[in-house]
Amino acid sequence: MSTQIRDKAESSQNTTAKKDYGKSYWQLVWRKFRKDKAAIIGGVVLLVFYITMVFFAEGFAPYQMEHKHINYVNAPPQLPHFVDADGNFHLRPFVYPYKQEMDFATFSKKYTRDTSRTVPIYFFVKGDPYKLWGIFPSDLHLFGTEGDDPVFLFGTDRQGRDLLSRILGGGRISLTIGLVGVGLSLFFGSTLGIVSGYYGGTMDNIIQRITEFLMSFPAIPMWMGLAAALPPNWSSIKIYFGITIILSIIGWGGLARQIRGKVLALREEEYILAARSMGAKNWEIIFGHLFPNCVSHIIVVATLSIPGMILGETSLSFLGLGIKPPMTSWGVLLQEGQNVRTVVQAPWLLIPVLFVVVTVLCFNFLGDGLRDAADPHAQM
Amino acid sequence: MREFMIKRICYLIPTLIAISIVSFIIINLPPGDYLTARIAELEMQGDSTSKEYLEQLTSYYGLDKPMYEQYIRWITRFVQGNFGTSFEYNKPVKELIAERLTLTMLLSICTILFTWLVAIPIGIYSAVHRRSVIDRMLTFVSFTGMATPGFLMALVIMVAALSLFDVNLMGLFSREYADAPWSFGKVVDLLKHMWLPVFLIGLSGTAGLIRIMRANMLDILGQQYVLTARSKGLKEKVVIYKHALRIAINPLISIAGMSLPQIIGGEMLTSIVLNLPTTGPLFYRALQMQDMYLAGSFLMFLVVFLVMGNFVADLALAWTDPRIRYE
Repeated sequence: MSTQIRDKAESSQNTTAKKDYGKSYWQLVWRKFRKDKAAIIGGVVLLVFYITMVFFAEGFAPYQMEHKHINYVNAPPQLPHFVDADGNFHLRPFVYPYKQEMDFATFSKKYTRDTSRTVPIYFFVKGDPYKLWGIFPSDLHLFGTEGDDPVFLFGTDRQGRDLLSRILGGGRISLTIGLVGVGLSLFFGSTLGIVSGYYGGTMDNIIQRITEFLMSFPAIPMWMGLAAALPPNWSSIKIYFGITIILSIIGWGGLARQIRGKVLALREEEYILAARSMGAKNWEIIFGHLFPNCVSHIIVVATLSIPGMILGETSLSFLGLGIKPPMTSWGVLLQEGQNVRTVVQAPWLLIPVLFVVVTVLCFNFLGDGLRDAADPHAQM
Repeated sequence: MREFMIKRICYLIPTLIAISIVSFIIINLPPGDYLTARIAELEMQGDSTSKEYLEQLTSYYGLDKPMYEQYIRWITRFVQGNFGTSFEYNKPVKELIAERLTLTMLLSICTILFTWLVAIPIGIYSAVHRRSVIDRMLTFVSFTGMATPGFLMALVIMVAALSLFDVNLMGLFSREYADAPWSFGKVVDLLKHMWLPVFLIGLSGTAGLIRIMRANMLDILGQQYVLTARSKGLKEKVVIYKHALRIAINPLISIAGMSLPQIIGGEMLTSIVLNLPTTGPLFYRALQMQDMYLAGSFLMFLVVFLVMGNFVADLALAWTDPRIRYE
């Protein structure tokens, strides 16, 4: 009787809680997540990045990544215009073609805009041939020009390669390396974290000492030391996986600790005790009860640890210890910017920095939103 | 307290041994190290003096012995203060790294101070003026700061300074002081150059700490004893600084210990970009040249520095929070 009264009192006190009845945990999570605008924006931007770069980079890029426009070396970025020099409005965006002059003092090309002509940008044009996902041959590009005048929205590098195309192509490596690396450290981290938290005792002690030990290492010098040890004659694919393994070696420690904490708290819950008294085996409790309850937590930790991996890859490749050309990542693109003199001449080579920062920012926003949403009953 | 200290020190020793083993393995991983290359080079020349030198090297480092014996040789000498020779510079490692390590430590400690001095007041302000316009702005700025790695920022700032103002921001000293012995003028010169690296290295750490400080403070401000203090009629200043802040700042001590690896890593990358005379550029070069004794000593020293930092943080935490001592 008394419990009924208390229940009534609580439900009338908290009318919002009433709506929660009958909704699943994930429905509640989604409802809360939807309200976080920063997280939604982060998620959408990342989705766009992954679609344009990981899946369809060749199609969204106007040129092939390695296409060298030898006549347009170190060309500055072009801005798409709608209104031409005479003040006429064009529905179709256009760019002004480059006018080149030789600067005989420095023997370098100087580019100016030729405003007497316009180069219209066409959509879905045929250009450099490529194979989509390595299987389907195609030559369709989202946008491009017809005729001899090229379009370089982000300029070109010192070999005359279109920077936009290279950023899109490089994003494929930079964006996936974080996912694969986090996947690996998730596997180790959650297995060891659950085992450590659930069994406790000696096992817990040993695993805790190992993770503490790993976490006491400074990640970047460690990564540098390990990456320098990768044989230089390895193929690109081997280097790619080598780097992801190196990045995840240190990453799993923190994850294991967090999951362990969660499991330690869950272990004392009554439903685990109930399951155990009904004779559930250890593996049944782990996979049937503990793991599903940790999933939301694992997702949050994973989202928040992807940026570290992306930055790790970028810094290693930037130093020439990670991904190496001809494979391209954002770090590789920035490596060309390591020489300050070149970048002062061509500051647009720093545009990849923007992509790195935006990606990391979006992952942080998304992860933060997910963290709040993963605990839908907490009142903010 | 003493018992706690002894326990921590006992735990320190196996950690240091394990670290030394890992450092040794890492520096021995590369298939062709500088020494083997050097030996091959000397063998090519084939004259008797080089043969003698080669035998000397082999017996000194125990290269014909199994791995564990090489390790024991290396670590005993290391403990005795003999860190081996850098093959590339042909100088004892000790000479090469002493000043650089000092500068690295100085930079790291300054960075931690900078992070704290900036982040704590901002975090408190953000928490107290929660959801105000300034709080929202600070939140956005700190998120962006967290996402911007210092070394990329260094690159952008350096290029901007060079192309817009024709100012070279590289290095830690002006040209006239770079190789000069230490003097008062040199110290002043160092302080003049240090603000930029400290800012760049501390950037993401500061941003992260602002978030943590804000969250801690919000947590505490929601506690009942704060409500009690307010209803007692205490001034808001007293409530915030005397009641809430003291508790909210506690977890930051352990965070300081944990943020040291991050700072050292950031310091390394930023130093490479800005070409500072710290450990970063030399370690990077040593790795590229497979100059293993140099790289190994660096790694070892950095980790020892870190472990010590953690140790001090642990002690400080135990000192401020008695619960830790009796855990």
